[in-house]
Amino acid sequence: MPPAASEPASPVTYLNATRGVRAWLLTRDHKRIALLFMALVTLNFLLGGLFAMTLRVKLLFPGPFMIEPITYNRIFTLHGVIMVWLFMIPAIPTIFGNFMLPLMLGAKDLAFPRLNLLSFYIYAIGSLVTLWGMVQGGADTGWTFYTPYSTTTPTQIVPVLMGVFIVGFSTILTGLNFIVTTHTLRAPGMKWMRMPLFVWGIYATSVIQVLATPVLGLVLLLVAFEHAFGWGLFDPAVGGDPLLFQHLFWFYSHPAVYIMVLPSFAVMSEVVCAYAHKNIFNYKAIAYSSLGIAFVGFFTWGHHMFVSGLSTFDSGVFGVLSMLVGIFTAIKVFNWVGTFYKGSIDFRAPVVYVLGLLFYLVFGGMTGIAVATTSLDVHWNDTYFIVAHFHFIMVGVTIMAFLMGLHYWYPKMFGRLYPERAALVASVVIAFGFVATFLPQFLLGNGGMLRRYYSYPEKYQALHVLSTAGASLLFLGLATVLTYLVVSLRWGERAAHNPWGSKGFEWLSATPPPPSNYEELPRFTGEPHDYSTTEPQAVTEPGAPS
Amino acid sequence: MGAPGSGEVGVLATLERVLREVLYLSPAASTYAQRIDRLHFLIILTTLVAATGIFAAAGYFIVRYRRRPGVETTPRFTPRPWMESLIIGVPLSFFLLCFYLGFRDFVWLHNPPKDALDVYVTGKQWMWKFSYPGGPNEVNVLTVPQGKPVRLLLTSRDVIHSFYVPDFRMKQDALPGRYTSLWFEAISAGSYQVLCAEFCGVQHSMMRARLDVLKPEEFDTWLAEHRRGLQARQDGSGGLALPPMAEQGRLLTVKFECLRCHTVDGTAHIGPTFLDLYRRQEKLTSGDSVMADEAYLTESMMDPLAKVVAGFNPVMPSYLGQLSGPEAGAIVEYIKSLRSDQQQPIPAQGPTYAPSGQ
Repeated sequence: MPPAASEPASPVTYLNATRGVRAWLLTRDHKRIALLFMALVTLNFLLGGLFAMTLRVKLLFPGPFMIEPITYNRIFTLHGVIMVWLFMIPAIPTIFGNFMLPLMLGAKDLAFPRLNLLSFYIYAIGSLVTLWGMVQGGADTGWTFYTPYSTTTPTQIVPVLMGVFIVGFSTILTGLNFIVTTHTLRAPGMKWMRMPLFVWGIYATSVIQVLATPVLGLVLLLVAFEHAFGWGLFDPAVGGDPLLFQHLFWFYSHPAVYIMVLPSFAVMSEVVCAYAHKNIFNYKAIAYSSLGIAFVGFFTWGHHMFVSGLSTFDSGVFGVLSMLVGIFTAIKVFNWVGTFYKGSIDFRAPVVYVLGLLFYLVFGGMTGIAVATTSLDVHWNDTYFIVAHFHFIMVGVTIMAFLMGLHYWYPKMFGRLYPERAALVASVVIAFGFVATFLPQFLLGNGGMLRRYYSYPEKYQALHVLSTAGASLLFLGLATVLTYLVVSLRWGERAAHNPWGSKGFEWLSATPPPPSNYEELPRFTGEPHDYSTTEPQAVTEPGAPS
Repeated sequence: MGAPGSGEVGVLATLERVLREVLYLSPAASTYAQRIDRLHFLIILTTLVAATGIFAAAGYFIVRYRRRPGVETTPRFTPRPWMESLIIGVPLSFFLLCFYLGFRDFVWLHNPPKDALDVYVTGKQWMWKFSYPGGPNEVNVLTVPQGKPVRLLLTSRDVIHSFYVPDFRMKQDALPGRYTSLWFEAISAGSYQVLCAEFCGVQHSMMRARLDVLKPEEFDTWLAEHRRGLQARQDGSGGLALPPMAEQGRLLTVKFECLRCHTVDGTAHIGPTFLDLYRRQEKLTSGDSVMADEAYLTESMMDPLAKVVAGFNPVMPSYLGQLSGPEAGAIVEYIKSLRSDQQQPIPAQGPTYAPSGQ
């Protein structure tokens, strides 16, 4: 296309190639779909966060306050359901995975662009059904839907179950799309062992999504049937087995923890290399440990059931396997820290999030070893210790990775810079607020404070107040980030092509990328994350078939 | 623990007191809590040290290797095999050590001593009921002797509940339609809080009970008084209170016509005899054998065809939904009382409860 003669026209990017609501809502461009997901996922995150704040305010007082017990129960259920299925599971894969995966592989789009759009609408419908269920009366079972309580509760649980069931299809389709894309759309020279670590992480996640999510769909459907028609599946009063539900549910939901954190690890590996300006300590260790987690993670579900009536022998088996899955995470942690060694570290907001993620992951992971220790879990199961543990490892890690990815890729996605100083302040407030929220909850758990408690013995009040104060700080930090990122969309400084000097393959395309990602098909010649040379990592092949 | 007054023990005791204060952990009130609290300290301290250490190492590298102008490239670094072995070996050894130490106590927890006092516990929305085999029944107050092993046999009448005593560091889910068990030994007399740990509905957080630990002599007096009161009430007012569990179980076997197929005199009929059935090793049609403990007897009422004793036809109907949890418990107590070597029904004696898979 010849440039306009009169004035330097702004380059054609995926953002300005076509205009109008229709062009966005019916787009098949993976980058635009990523932004559609970003809008909806962020809305859900806000909603889940508002529920969390409501819970924290109620818990300022040990007795009845502000809301009724039934309202409290509905709110903690929706907080869990929204945060797990509508925020943490889709967040990084559907936004950054969607946007970056084809760019990193040198592809023009995902393998199935229409399926990608369908995945977005399934997600939107699932979200709406869940919210509709909330308006209809809402479920009060907790996000774990334990039977036979869930099949006998008088609340409107079926719409919520169906909402999550529907969202599951979005997860499966997106995972399938990523797997096929990784296998078939790698550009010339993109060997498996040359794939950026982000791709490895997203690939491992996709495998779990495709294998585990159908089990969740099945079990949620069965709970809905028992609730609606009285089928005797899980309730012993009508011939069912209550533990069957827990086995099926955790067979999905334990791997689901890795569906949430593996994408975070994937972002972390990219960001650590980019800001340390250093090759990853051990590429293969990071890549294979993702696959290791994806595999062993399927065989540890029983550690959620040590006090449920599992046999002693089974508890032992699940206990050992749970220790093994911990080692893969430890490998990643040491590799990230090792990457900083002899690097050239550019201290910006994402590095604060890197430090936050390391702390939450090690603390959350080690307390994971603690609760996987059979004898100690007898005390900690269902207490705030568990709540604090999984908030550290799932929520803390996911939020840190989400925010570091958002800042690192913000120029790539929007062609603008965010204000660095405000970002640094907000990142410190968030990292500190998170610790202040959940560290007291570990102590509450030690003292015997139980999760899902509307009223609690008075001796726990001081720590609850501290936790609520921390949550307010966290909320303030997140609101700041949202504000300056939205403002920067229009008023942010224009970004250079590669403002961080990153060697990530996604930066090989223009910033922001044109609709087809690469004007000319790249051929990859160098290793990923290689900062030991200034040689280009890819050459373009003019006229190559695309 | 060691000679009192020795300096080292004094330091350790102070350290332990400080740790308890900092970690918000109440004093250990059961023998189980005493066993596991040390491991608790070990893991939490290691967690703190590891998290801080790794955080500090990363922080140090970030300062030490901060970006300086003019640096275009960084040296490519390939780790050596010994680093890999260290990275994997050290944490894995620690994890497996935790598993070993923890599972040792977990097995101990699932093998109650033979002389444990049995108490049947029923959870329902939103209260706890405690039944002693020879009476009485109590609601929301569990009374046990100090320094004696007590075995709880738990079930639920509706949804899943979980019996939790924070000061004892113990909890066990109570499931509808089956029995689970838990045993403990209280160290000192006093009152402890019992909470429900599994979400069970609107009043979940108020499903609280009290655990009273009495000195052994006081407990004996308490039990005798409550049984006497029971007897007096039965004699006086025509049986307002429930009879002791075994007697209640006998009445239930009549009501549900169990005795049309099962005898109590040792002869086999359509089903195995109840006499000496408790703790008998039974050969099954599948070729396996099973010990007829509380769990098996309950399962046989609820799901009779799951494990059929060899030599009998699979004809027994399920009593799931007909027998409530406490009723099934009462029938088990009745079966336990039927011993050929004793004339009188004996009070419950819980021999070693071998969990399946051991």
